[in-house]
Amino acid sequence: MTTTAHLKIFRGDAQQGVMVDYQVPVAPGMVVLDAVHAVQATQAPDLAVRWNCKAGKCGSCGGEVNGKPRLMCMDRMDKYPAGEPITIRPLKTFPVIKDLATDVSWNYSVNKSVPAFQPPPGQDELNFSQAEADRVQEFRKCIECFLCQNVCHVLREHEKYDDFGGPRFFVRVAGLEMHPQDQADRTGLVKDDLGLGYCNITKCCTEVCPESIAITDNAIIPLKERVADRFYDPLRALWRLLFGSKS
Amino acid sequence: MSKYQTVDYDVVVVGAGGAGLRAAIEASAEGAKTALVCKSLLGKAHTVMAEGGVAAALANVESRDSWQTHFRDTMKGGKFLNQWRMAQIHAQEAPERVRELERWGAVFDRTGDGRILQRNFGGHTYPRLAHVGDRTGLEIIRTLQDKGVHDGIDVFMECTIRRILLDDGRVAGCFGYHRESGRFVVFQTKAVVLATGGIGRCWQISSNSWEYTADGHAMALWAGADLIDMEFVQFHPTGMVWPPSVQGTLITEGVRGEGGVLLNGNRERFMFRYIPEMFQGEFAETEDEATRWITAVVAGQRPDARRPPELLTRDVVARAIRREVREGRGSPHGGVFLDIASRRTPDVIKKKLPSMYHQFKELADVDITREPMEVGPTCHYMMGGVRVHSETQESTVPGLFAAGEVAGGMHGSNRLGGNSLSDLLVFGKRAGEHAAHFARSHSAATIDERQVNAAAAEALAAFDSAQGENPYAVHEELRALMQTYVGIVRTEEDLQHALEQLQSLRQRAARAKVGGNIQYNPGWHLALDLKNMIDISEAVTRAALVRQESRGAHTREDYPDTSAEWGKYNLIVRQSGATLTVDKSSLPEMPDELKQLLKSE
Repeated sequence: MTTTAHLKIFRGDAQQGVMVDYQVPVAPGMVVLDAVHAVQATQAPDLAVRWNCKAGKCGSCGGEVNGKPRLMCMDRMDKYPAGEPITIRPLKTFPVIKDLATDVSWNYSVNKSVPAFQPPPGQDELNFSQAEADRVQEFRKCIECFLCQNVCHVLREHEKYDDFGGPRFFVRVAGLEMHPQDQADRTGLVKDDLGLGYCNITKCCTEVCPESIAITDNAIIPLKERVADRFYDPLRALWRLLFGSKS
Repeated sequence: MSKYQTVDYDVVVVGAGGAGLRAAIEASAEGAKTALVCKSLLGKAHTVMAEGGVAAALANVESRDSWQTHFRDTMKGGKFLNQWRMAQIHAQEAPERVRELERWGAVFDRTGDGRILQRNFGGHTYPRLAHVGDRTGLEIIRTLQDKGVHDGIDVFMECTIRRILLDDGRVAGCFGYHRESGRFVVFQTKAVVLATGGIGRCWQISSNSWEYTADGHAMALWAGADLIDMEFVQFHPTGMVWPPSVQGTLITEGVRGEGGVLLNGNRERFMFRYIPEMFQGEFAETEDEATRWITAVVAGQRPDARRPPELLTRDVVARAIRREVREGRGSPHGGVFLDIASRRTPDVIKKKLPSMYHQFKELADVDITREPMEVGPTCHYMMGGVRVHSETQESTVPGLFAAGEVAGGMHGSNRLGGNSLSDLLVFGKRAGEHAAHFARSHSAATIDERQVNAAAAEALAAFDSAQGENPYAVHEELRALMQTYVGIVRTEEDLQHALEQLQSLRQRAARAKVGGNIQYNPGWHLALDLKNMIDISEAVTRAALVRQESRGAHTREDYPDTSAEWGKYNLIVRQSGATLTVDKSSLPEMPDELKQLLKSE
């Protein structure tokens, strides 16, 4: 009952590359990453691909399978029509290092710009309810696969790497800002440094999130509301005009 | 002479899972110029896969809990072979390490009164595991990562360390390569903290990622350090068994902690038949009693019944499952059933075990809120590792420290679930602190160019083979060999066979052939890793041959009993020339007050 899968995998680097055809036998329950590993083990030992957990928990193996951003370890082969080739490309938004591995270091530099959690001073142990935890735990499910960054048109088409943080970091900031005990204020950061205003809530990020985080509804829109409240509320602007900048 | 980049640090931490990150944070806080080197991207290390929770006697859910009870549970779980001082420090310091994480932004699940919630787990007397659903490891690694990036630590991602460089017996640095470019790099440093995790890629059915290729164990061995307890490899009772794609993928013990039960192919709840003598009287003896315990726990009450036998220690449960399957009472795909669907409501299952739900739904077409899972043992954790000083985590090589899974001694012959995340926090911190102290109190050592050139030549050898072995194929054979002959149950004959085969695999690995160039070349990387894996597989096999008894995770079919005499010794593996030696080392004497704790029930 062994069937054969036909893969077309990008081989190359940032300068050049080609789609190379491979055939591998398909086993029950196989995922795209298994097929890529089978190619690696039998036909292309130097094929570069990242992975770790193979269970959708680490976010290492993002790629574009038949044009759709996917975690390859959670992408079942039997979902694709038998007999038709499956194309596998690296994430488009980040520079290719080699084959399916891309340079995602930009994300790590953005992360550094986000001020850390700031607990209330002098408390050994924090106290908050599960309902309060639920709100931020959604954001903390993020596995940093960067699929949301990959599909965000502000990055993918407009390449606003210098002015925009991307959905991943709105999720990160939301997780800090909505933490019931956090003392820091990152509203200015999301408005200015992370360029939240560039997001026009097309929800592409939400659609691709393998952790089903409601990125747009639960992270981005509430942050936009906070920015609007702080910086664009006419009553507050008047208050600031009259009594100084501290609101 | 090889070309290489040289960088200079006080402390170099190898590995960026929980132990490495925690060590780097502490070393940096102590004022050491600190590098953190990892094979993957930051935040992807194996800690991310830890699911069930971190064990700490916070006593938030059960006020009777204390470090003393945690200590006793840990020693009992390890069948008393643990380094008692490590187990004591671990039990005493784990609560503060967990509270500290919370102050750094970790968001654990909460109790009704707003404190950190704790769940039951195998071998723990009381609900002790602070957790976040079933993704506790992700929470811990992300918290440490987000703390660490603000602490002035230099992170070298996708960089593999291959060799410890020595100057007259002490650490002078370490040698490695950037995975992306293939370029060599020498870290000149006074202290190295190994935090490289485990060795699970030596077995075929494993919950471990590609990174677990025994790097730190092997580098320590080659540098002349002692390894301890190498015969003890933990097979987690519940890995996925079907489909083949996910065979070995972990299913958290939290499923049983939340009330899940194990059933054989005849739908019989078999664990009642496997309660070992040392745990007699501590576990429920009837289904009714076990159900009463779960009912009370679910209702948040103190149970008046004993715990279900599914919560026995991992070594016991893994052996029981193996036996049920061997004796023809397995599930259709050669495992047993783990059922939570009949115990908890779909909403609770999805809330407390979200990634288990997701994982089975997506990868196995099983809805765990409606049907049982099929499970079987999977190679999961290495109890053995670098022999370290219990307080400082320094190995027998000056300047070489180890923390987390790569360090040995803390867990004895079997680790309790939840004690790994706490181990890496407690001893990661200590390793970082003492590595920084070491660096401060020692002058710089000198890098020996010859060692660098030898390491570089060794690394490039695979490109010179005109024709040779496919490293992937050799690796698969190693995994099959260890699975069959050095698995859960061992015999002298099997172990001898494994030793012979390892020799032949070693020769074949030396002829591994690599295509392509040095840039991001996984085939090359694997060819290099084969040496670590084969050497450490041999260390495990040799220690397993010497220990002629069954204890914890080490089961000898030809020596089925636990022997009081063998309980007096740890085994130490060392490299002597080209061979590995195994020596007995007496357990350190335990103070009377701790002995009393172990006696008290």
